[in-house]
This record gives sequence, C-alpha cells and structure tokens, in this order.
Amino acid sequence: MIEIIAGKYNYWIYISLMMIGFYAMIAKGNLIKKIVGLNIFQTAVFLFYISMAVREGSTAPILLSRAHGALTPETATYTNPLPHVLILTAIVVGVSVTAVALALAIKIYRAYGTLDEYRIAKLEQDAE
Amino acid sequence: MEAIHSPLPFYVMAVSLIAAGLIRLSKDRPNLREFWTIGAALVKFSLVLVMLRHVLAGQTFSYRLLTVFPGLDIAFRVDPLGIFFAVTASLLWIITSFYSIGYVRALDEHAQTRYFTAFAVALSATMGVAFSANLFTSFIFYEIITLCTFPLVAHKETPEAIRGARLYLTYLLGTSIAFQLPAIFLTYTTAGTLDFTAGGILAGKGSDTLIAIIFVLFMAGIAKAALMPFHSWLPAAMVAPTPVSALLHAVAVVKTGVFMILRVLLDIFGVDLLGDLGLGTALAYAASFTIVVSSVIALRQDNLKARLAYSTISQLSYVILGAALLAPAAVTGGIMHIVLHAFGKITLFFTAGAIYVAAHKTKISELDGIGRSMPFTMTAFTIGALSMIGVPPLGGFLSKWYITLGAVEAGQFPILIVLVVSTILNACYFLPIVYAAFFKPPQVAAPARSNPGHGHEEEPHIYWPWKKFGLQEAPILMVAALTFTALGTILLFFAPSGFLALARMIVGG
Amino acid sequence: MSLHFPVLVVLIPLFGALLTFFAGLFRRTWAWHITTYATLLSFVVSLDLLMSVRATGRISYWLGGWAPPWGIEYVVDYFSGYILVVISFISFMIAVFAGPYVKKQIGPERELNFFVLYLLLITGLLGMVITGDIFNVYVFLEIASLSGYALVAVGKKRGAVVASYNYLILGTVGAVFVLLGIGHLYMVTGTLNMADLRERLPDLYHSRVVLTAFVFFVIGFGLKFALFPLHTWLLSAHSLAPSAVSAILAAAVLKVNLYALMRVMFTVFTPAFVYEAVPITEIFFVITPIAILVSSVMALAQTNIKRMLAYSSIGQIGFIVLGIALANETALTGSLLHMLNHALMKGGLFLLAGVIIYQTDRYHITDWKGLGKTMPLTMLVFTIYGLSMVGVPLTAGFVSKWYLAIGALEAGRWYFIPVILVSSLLTAVYFWRIIEWGYFHEPDDPEDAKDRCHVPWAMMIPIMVMAFLLLFFGVAAFIPEGPARQAAAMLLGMQ
Repeated sequence: MIEIIAGKYNYWIYISLMMIGFYAMIAKGNLIKKIVGLNIFQTAVFLFYISMAVREGSTAPILLSRAHGALTPETATYTNPLPHVLILTAIVVGVSVTAVALALAIKIYRAYGTLDEYRIAKLEQDAE
Repeated sequence: MEAIHSPLPFYVMAVSLIAAGLIRLSKDRPNLREFWTIGAALVKFSLVLVMLRHVLAGQTFSYRLLTVFPGLDIAFRVDPLGIFFAVTASLLWIITSFYSIGYVRALDEHAQTRYFTAFAVALSATMGVAFSANLFTSFIFYEIITLCTFPLVAHKETPEAIRGARLYLTYLLGTSIAFQLPAIFLTYTTAGTLDFTAGGILAGKGSDTLIAIIFVLFMAGIAKAALMPFHSWLPAAMVAPTPVSALLHAVAVVKTGVFMILRVLLDIFGVDLLGDLGLGTALAYAASFTIVVSSVIALRQDNLKARLAYSTISQLSYVILGAALLAPAAVTGGIMHIVLHAFGKITLFFTAGAIYVAAHKTKISELDGIGRSMPFTMTAFTIGALSMIGVPPLGGFLSKWYITLGAVEAGQFPILIVLVVSTILNACYFLPIVYAAFFKPPQVAAPARSNPGHGHEEEPHIYWPWKKFGLQEAPILMVAALTFTALGTILLFFAPSGFLALARMIVGG
Repeated sequence: MSLHFPVLVVLIPLFGALLTFFAGLFRRTWAWHITTYATLLSFVVSLDLLMSVRATGRISYWLGGWAPPWGIEYVVDYFSGYILVVISFISFMIAVFAGPYVKKQIGPERELNFFVLYLLLITGLLGMVITGDIFNVYVFLEIASLSGYALVAVGKKRGAVVASYNYLILGTVGAVFVLLGIGHLYMVTGTLNMADLRERLPDLYHSRVVLTAFVFFVIGFGLKFALFPLHTWLLSAHSLAPSAVSAILAAAVLKVNLYALMRVMFTVFTPAFVYEAVPITEIFFVITPIAILVSSVMALAQTNIKRMLAYSSIGQIGFIVLGIALANETALTGSLLHMLNHALMKGGLFLLAGVIIYQTDRYHITDWKGLGKTMPLTMLVFTIYGLSMVGVPLTAGFVSKWYLAIGALEAGRWYFIPVILVSSLLTAVYFWRIIEWGYFHEPDDPEDAKDRCHVPWAMMIPIMVMAFLLLFFGVAAFIPEGPARQAAAMLLGMQ
C-alpha cells in the first residue's frame, strides 16, 4: 500500500490538487475564488503531464556531441520533451480562460454590485 | 391484372391542391374563388371516371412520385378498392361544393377563403389515401387530412370550437403517432416492405404474437374509423360547420379510416392470415360492440348533429364488421356500405344544415312540425333515415343484405342478432324525428328570418326564392344538393351494378 | 490549390477573423460582409472536400509537410466531410442572419466583437472536425469554447454574463477532462495521432489507464454537448444568449462536441472496445430515455420560447446518443441524419425566436397571440419547423426518427419506440400551442405589431432556406442519407 502511494506520489499529488480545485469551484460562493479553484484544477493536470515525462536521472533533451566531452547520446537518458510542449500550449489556454473568466467577473460585478453567487441568483429572481 | 404506368392518379390528387392555391389567390373575388372549387371538383371527378373505365376493364394504374430513401417510396396505385372510394368521395365533393357555397353565403360566414382552401386540400389528401400504393404514402395523406381539417373544425373560433378541434386533433394525431406509426415500423421490419399487395405481406413473416400486436396497433391507430374506444373525436368534431360534417365526417375523413382498415385487412394481413389467427372474429365482435353501444348513445342525443355523429360511428363499424367476417359476401357488403352509407348520411347532414340555415334549429326536440315549412328537406331526411335503417328500396338495404348473407356464410349467428338489434335501434332514433316533423303541430310559430346567421339586414348574396311559395326552405343550392343525394340513395338500390362490380373485383382479388 | 483545401477550411475563418477586425475598424458593415464571405467560402471548400472523398476516398493532409504520426494530420473522410459541410453551412446561414440582428439587438458598438468572435468560434469548430491529431482537438476545442463563452456574454441581458460565467466554469472542467484523457492515452502509447492510436491501443485494452482515459473523454465531451445529466449550464447559456448565438451554440457547438466524442469512440478506440469492453451503452440506454422524456416534459412547462428550445435540445441530443448506443448501421445513420436535422431545426428555431423578439420584444409564447395575422410569413415558417421537430412525414425530422426507430427494432430494443413516439407527441403539444396561439387567437392589441420595423430580408432568407431544406430533405432524404450511411458504415468498421 505504502509502495503504491510512495511509488506513484506524483499521481496522488495531482489528484489531490485537482480535488482541491474542484472543491473550490463547487463549494465557494465567491466568483473570484471559483476562478482560483479553476486555476488549481488546471495546474494539477499540467503537473500530471510534466511528471509523466520525467525519467529517473534523465536530462534535458539536447543533443550533445562528443567534442564537448560530456555525455554521449547513447548513454544519456532524456526527459520526454513532448509533454512539456503540449503543456506550454495548455498553459497559454489556461491563461486565456482565466482572463476571460476575470473579465466576466468584472462585468458581473458592474451589473450586480456583488460577486456572491447566491446574491446574484436572488437578484435575478427578484428581477423576473 | 395489367398495370399502366401513368401519373394520372397523381394529377387527380393534385387537382384540388392546385385549386387550393388558386382559391387562396382569388380571396377577394368570391365568385371566381367558388369557380375554382367547382371546377376542380368537376375535373377531379371526370379524371376519376376515366380511370374507373380502365379499372373496370381489369387494369390498374401505378405511379412512383419519388423515393424518400431506398425502401420508402411515395407511390400511387389505382386498384378497384381505391377507385371505389375515389368515385364516392369525388362525386360527393361536387355536390358538397354547391351545398357549401349555399351554406356559407346564407350564413355570411367569416374566413370563407380559409374554409374553401382547407376543404380542397382535404379532398386532395383523401384522393391520396385512396390511391396510395403503400402504407407510408397512405400514412402521410392520413396525417395531412387531420391537419388540414383542423381549421375547418375550429372554423367558428369560439372557445368551444377550439376545444372541440383540439380534442379532434389530439385523438387523430395522437393515435396515429402512438399506434399506427409503430405498427408501420413493425410491419417494415417484419415484412421488409410496406407495399399493399393483394393477399397480404405479413403471412409467414413473423410469430403469431407479433402479428397480433401489429393488428391491434393498426386497429387502434386508425382512429378515423371511430372504432370504440377511439370514437369520441367524432362527436367533438360536430362543432364544425355542417357541410364540413357532411362531407368530411360522413364521407371523406371517416371513410378514409374504414378504407384504410380495409386496406390493412386485405392487403397487409390478407384474409387467410386473419382467418388462421382468429383475428377477424375478434374484430367482428369489437365492431358489433361499437354498433350496438353507439346506437344506444345516439338514442339519448337531442342535438341533431350529435345523433347523426353517433349514428355514423355505428354505421362505420358495419364496414369493419363486413370486412372482419372475412366471407366474400360480407366483405362485398362492407365495401358497398362505404358508398351507400355515404349517400345516406350526407343527405342527413345536408338536411341538418338546411334546418339550421332556414330555421336556425339544432335540437331534435325543436323539430315538431317542421316538415310543413320545409317539405323538400324533410322528405330527403326521411329517405336518408330509411336508408340508414335499411328499408328497401333504398341503398342501405343492399349492404345489410350482403353482410347478413356473409354472417350466415361465416356461421357467425350472434352477428345476426347484432344486425337485428341495430336495425331496431336505428329505427328508434330516426323514425321519431320523421314522425315529429310531419305529424306533430309546430310548437310556436317560427319567426320569419331570412338570414338567421348573423341577423344582418342586407340580403345575402344568394338566390333564395322560397318565400313566395309560403315555404321556409334553405337556399335553392342547398335544397338541390340534398335532393340530389336523396335521389342517389334510391338510385343506388336500383342500379348498384358499377359499384357492385368493383366490390366483386376487390373480393375476387 | 485544391490540394490544400483541408487546411484552408480552418485558415479561411481564422484569417477572416483577423481581416474582420482590421477592416471593421475602418467601416463597421465590412465586418458582417467579410464574415459572411468567409463562412461561405468555408462551406464551398467543405462541400468540395466531401465530393473529393466520394471520388477518391479518405484524404490525409500533412500539416507543414510533416508525416504523421510526428506531424499533425488533417483527415477528411465521410464522417468529417459530412459534419464539415453541416457546420460550415449552418455557420454561413447564421452569419447572414447576424448582420441586421446584431446591429439592433447587440448594438453597433459590439458588432465588431461579435463577428470576430464568431469567426474564431467557427475556426475552432471546423478545426475540431478536420484534425486527426488528438491534442489538436483539445486546442481547437478551447479556441471554440473561449469564443463561445465570450459570445454568450456579448448581449445586452445582464443574466447572460452570469450564464456565460457558469458555462465557462463547467466548460473548462470538461476541457480539462479531455486533456486528462489525452494525457492518459499518451502515457501508455506515446502517440497523439488518432490513426496511430487506433493501431496501438488494442494491445492495451485490458489496461486501467486506457479505461480511465475513455471515461475522461466521455465525461469531458459529455459536459460540452450537454449529455443529460450534465446539461445544467446549457439551459441558461442557450436561453439568455442573443438568439444568433443561441442558434450557433445549439446547431454547431453541441454537434461538434458530439462529433469529437464519436471520433474518439469509433476511430481512436474501436467499436468492439466501446460496445463490448465498457458498459457505456448500458449507461446510455438508461440516461437517454430519461433525457428525452424529462426534457420534453420540461419544455412543455416553459413559456419562455428560448428556454423551451433549450430544453428541447437536451432531448434531441438524447436521440443522437441513443442512436450511437444502439450500435447498428441503421441507428447510427439515424444519429448522423439527426445531427444535420437538429442543426437545421434548432438553428432555425432560435433564429425565428430572434426574429419574433427582434420585432415584438416578446419572449413568452403566451404573448404571441395572433402572430399568424401580424407576422404571417414568420408563423408559416415556424409551422414548418414545428412539423419537422415533431417528425411529421415529408419533413426531415421524420427521416431521422424513422432510422432511429428501425434501428431500435433491429437491435431488438423495441421499448425505445414508445420513448421516441411519446416525445414526438409531447413535442407536438408544445409546438402546437404556439401555432394555435398564432393562428386561432386574435392579437391582444391588433395595432401592436403593425407599426414596428420590418424584418430585414437578410434575416428571413436564411431561415427560409433552412425551412426549405427541411422539406427538401424530407422528400429527398437520399441526399444526406448517402454520406451519412457511408460514415456510419465506416465508423462501425464495415468498410
């Protein structure tokens, strides 16, 4: 049991982070806190991708020639670069989502004068 | 049987559809508008007659309009059964057109253009059902009839009319979608085709239980045949103007129902299959039940049209009963009843409308002595009523005779009792009206009203010459129409050969 | 030139968006024109691609000349070609409609925002359809989603902003689930190309990681296309957004997300895995009838037209998912046809709601008395859409329901027939109410609608074209049926 937890601790961390983020998105009434939760949620997935790429004792995937006298390509182990690249894209996306979400929060605040979910729902009900 | 590939059946269907468009366009010129109605009716009838000649010579017409997707066609086929129904409906449309014009003008009805347009479309769809070559095509036209008669039933736009129309729509559309459509799905997956084929397409294709389920679904799904318990839309539809009740709810709509039942019995299941499974007998008893119960209900109606409606429910089941007995004579009788009942019942509805227009009366209890001021109308009524009861020398006798013969042939003696009981009941609910109209003194002197509909002072746009004869009849167009159908009832007794020949062709395969 | 058509499908709206932005700064009306032409061009190119598929079979386009599985591959086959045509056509229709609509209902100051976002949305949608690379799906998904969130909020209603916010939160959860699914697949296979994944995955079907990935995909895309019970965001987003936006969301965005799930189910995984190894069909068999019936009943309870249409969408999505779960060619053809039909019907109905609101400013159908007299053309077209929604024969709606019903019988699951029919009846009731109010009741105030501004033809023509297509595809159903059946056969691996 301990081996499972310790051996794959990166997964446990990402799952815990995801759940924390998810909790914030669902349980928090404040719209900004929800966005924070959303960010934690996304970051957890980024960590999952990054940790997936790592190998024990590996290095950056830069091709080194013998002339530099260091490691040879045959003996070196590389970190898989592709997940990093993918996650760069995902980070860009995440930032955009956050930006749109914050912009919407500002619009909501201007329209309702509050960022509390329940108060907004009540205001909407009263308006109808 | 030789098949002719010709778009003629499609044209017959399309004639009144085109007319509907023209009627709509000439909405500001009533005379032109009515010309289109009459013209289309005449053209349609003559085209039907052309086809009738070929069909009597043993040929059929077939025409594939289009393929929706492989396996599902919109196709037409004219066979004896189809032409039989088409002749009945298109002939009566001509007469009803004249009558309608008299009726709406005398009452100065609103939305006349909508009325005539919907009427023309309804007739198109009726022809479509008559000439359908497969279940899909007939289902489409069946639904079109329902939809385009809705404005006719709701014509008055009073809350009561809208309620009645909504009930009408709910019943007809609801049952067709809830029962008929699944029956079509099951037929398609079981038999692999939907084409009407003499002798049926389902024999040997599925288990007995499946066939029985399809059968029940079809009988429930064709609510236009008003088989109990799916009959209550018909009395509800009586809020419609009387010509609508006359043509649609005595001829086109309800006969579409029984016609489709005949089609399904003969060309989807086939007589042999029904006989093997005992489904025919079951249906015969269901029809008998409807005949007796609706006659009893009819006795208790004071509204003339409501009584006629329940009488229609009962008479429709005669057609179904005839077919369900599966004996050749009975099937012939059932088929003959389509035309014979049509003439009789349309006469009765015409008279009901005439009474409403001339005397503004709708209740049977108000009809005492009306035969004196409306002799033509009430004589026609008497002829229609006697035909319904089945008194010779009137058409109604013929079909009852054949059905009785068939019942004996099939050995179904309980059915004979049903026929006797129903004849007595028919007499009980029609003869008192005749007696009251001719022999009872009028209750109060009816106020002389030239235009009872809306009480306008100006003269209606119609020839209405009766006052100088001391009579209070409806406009002459209407009286002519009802006299014509009454004469037709008599004529059919003496010269049924054309229709009988067709009926024999259908039964003989 | 036609060699590069696959990439052009995506590039045209993308560069159109840029061009719209700069040209719109000079003159506002250009924004509408460029959008219309860009979507039209996409449609033409898509149509040409579908024709090429018919002539030569599957088209594989290597982006930047890099061979798959290393480079990104764009794939046009019957399935993606068919959906491309549907989506680009609908987006063209809505673009035409949007010109006068946006000017009045959203306001000239936000016209430019609308059209730029609209084209970006279309870029994302078409990209999702055409790409053969699973990570690329995620990227396009986010492009489409982000512009979608913004479009919901672009209107004047303040409730729309809250709806957009909720849509964003749930939509992002869905997208992150998709991303997780992709990650899990990559972890065990080391590839992102769909065709490559299909070859490598069968050896790993016993692995829990693969199963987890599959579940993430279903939930992720399910959130995006409002799979019952993940549909809550849809109600407010679709009903509060401006009508043109509701139309594109219902007609195109839902469809493309459904498409993406079907892609993953059938071409990344295999039908054998989906139907046999996972109990997903059993789950669908339980939730789709509930979705169909509950949404019909709920639609019946609404008086706000757009909310009613939103509820009806959930049921219609249920039909499509039901066809997928039934797992035979007939039913799947029905699903694909229903994707087209629902796009036409719901797109058109939202536009019609937009027209009526544009002219009368009435959202509640109880206020639509006598519209048959004041707006005869609109009501006539509305009737056609209503008939097709019910599934009356000779309309397109009938054809797809026919296929689904026959498919259910072929699968031996006859008990879905009553579900389909009951929902048709309920649909008939809730559309009939409107038609009856429109035609058989006098307007409350006869002068009311007469003096109002005339509905521009630019708004009416797309709606009428789509209504015509509903009738045309009802009688000539073999036209969409051809590619739909080919696509269904391909997905089920029969060819």
